[in-house]
Amino acid sequence: MSTFASTARAAKSSGSSAAPARADSGTRRRGLLRWLFVAPALAYMALFFGYPLIRNIVMSFQHYTPKTYFTGEAPFNGLDNWRAVFADELFAGSLWHTALFTLGSLLGQFTIGLALAVFFSRRFRLSGFVRAILLLPWLVPMVVSAVVWRRILDQDHGMLNSALHALGLTEGGVPWLNSPGVALLSAILVNIWIGIPFNMVILYGGLQEIPRELYEAASLDGASPWRTFRSVTLPMLRPVITVVLVLGFMSTVKILDLILALTSGGPADSTQTLGTVTYQLSFLQLDFGQGAVVGNVLILISAVFAVLYLRANRADFGKGN
Amino acid sequence: MKANSNRPRLRAAWNTTAALLILGVLLIPVYWMLNTALQPGSSVAATEWFPSSPSLENFDTAISSQGGSLLTSFVVALGAVAVCLALAAPAAYGLAQFGLRGGQGIVFTTLITQMVPGIVIANALYSAYAELGLVNSYLGLILADASLGLPFAIVLLRAFMVSIPSEVVEAAMVDGANRFTAFVRIVLPMSRNALITAGLFTFLFAWSDFMFALTLNTTDDVKPITLGIYQFVGAHVSDWGAVMATAVLSAVPAAILLVVAQKYISAGITGGSIK
Repeated sequence: MSTFASTARAAKSSGSSAAPARADSGTRRRGLLRWLFVAPALAYMALFFGYPLIRNIVMSFQHYTPKTYFTGEAPFNGLDNWRAVFADELFAGSLWHTALFTLGSLLGQFTIGLALAVFFSRRFRLSGFVRAILLLPWLVPMVVSAVVWRRILDQDHGMLNSALHALGLTEGGVPWLNSPGVALLSAILVNIWIGIPFNMVILYGGLQEIPRELYEAASLDGASPWRTFRSVTLPMLRPVITVVLVLGFMSTVKILDLILALTSGGPADSTQTLGTVTYQLSFLQLDFGQGAVVGNVLILISAVFAVLYLRANRADFGKGN
Repeated sequence: MKANSNRPRLRAAWNTTAALLILGVLLIPVYWMLNTALQPGSSVAATEWFPSSPSLENFDTAISSQGGSLLTSFVVALGAVAVCLALAAPAAYGLAQFGLRGGQGIVFTTLITQMVPGIVIANALYSAYAELGLVNSYLGLILADASLGLPFAIVLLRAFMVSIPSEVVEAAMVDGANRFTAFVRIVLPMSRNALITAGLFTFLFAWSDFMFALTLNTTDDVKPITLGIYQFVGAHVSDWGAVMATAVLSAVPAAILLVVAQKYISAGITGGSIK
């Protein structure tokens, strides 16, 4: 507060030639001027978020071929793209993989993140330091993490199999990324590892907001730690939990980087997701129309969860304006 | 009595030990990245557990083949930060202080844009870029990467600027400054911390971007490090030492920011997502 006040004072004394404040002749102009602050960002968002959303819908009804970018021709073809995509087994598979990947990732990230958040809420030395360093996996580019994991999970020369073998836990090497039955699970494990820090930090922040008195009251009532966690911590944490899960969902459902660098969607398409299929259709097969269809499905799924997010955030809109 | 006073301290020591253990387990991949990078010639054979004779040879290879990509990433990320803050700061101020009609709707829309999947944007953007000649250009990638940080920056900056008392700006305007000069001279310096946080995150988002780099470039003219390492793995799968050295180099900005700007990072994570 004192800095605000002193800045105000400094601002007042610095301008010695105080021009008389213009009367409301310029009210309308001032109203326009105010919009100028917001207009560039609005224009940008219209171009980089609004336009792609609309263009994607249009594109999903157009026939794109590798030749389109030479001839500029992408004739409308009705529902052909939609039919082709929905008839494709790859699409059905990717829908299923995306669901498994998202569910598994969120479950793992959230549970471990919450456990760590609760643990780090205790007071002990180095708690803050360790919490800070734990953020590293989340801050490193996801492609880079995926590349490192690809080496660790290598069947013949990977660290994980060497370690398991040295501990006498496995006989031969586990085909982490080479077997259609295991690859998706491996991708989920890697994504859990990437997501733990984010979950931990946000949930930790939420835990600090819970009033101490509630815990004191619970301990006076003789509640067990588990009971306290269930009856005090979880209900008080609910808004934060919603935000964490919805944000996690948003970033997981559209996954692309991780899969491409880890498995390229393979083996035998066992790790194809909606994101990788969109990429494959549009940018490898140059069928942007069919890619747009899958993209639209992705948007539809995201939209449902956007509603959840906005509900969780509704309290914020009361503030300020 | 004595035993009682010792118990909390003992428990705290146990907690510290457990915390370090957790840290050790979760950072094994980071260790492995460093370990592999420091062992030259660990190409096909299994890597040793410890770098018994560490060498920086792999880093030489990494820099000579990926140094240009690191520079590209740096330029693109800085450009994205500049574009993002130039758009977000005035907008956030307008939304926080002007009581614009429809302002709430704009904040609402900003929140929604955070959820548009990047691949969908890339899908439509590629066609537009092809028509505008922006494919394979720095400007094109910078503009696209700015979208990764913009909604976050607007929400974060607005949340901060709401708390700036309007009298401060009005006082300056009484003294003859127009609204824009007042914004530049008074609001921006006051919002320094929030601007740094928003800028840092935009930098990290742009530095980490892979999707736009992959989809909006068809040649090697503009090749950020994320795309570089991806192609590097595809082509040189045998030289894992050099790949890991590249990985280490591309993780450096994150590591530096984590040490130097820790308070801004935690402020950003909590501020941007919850508020």
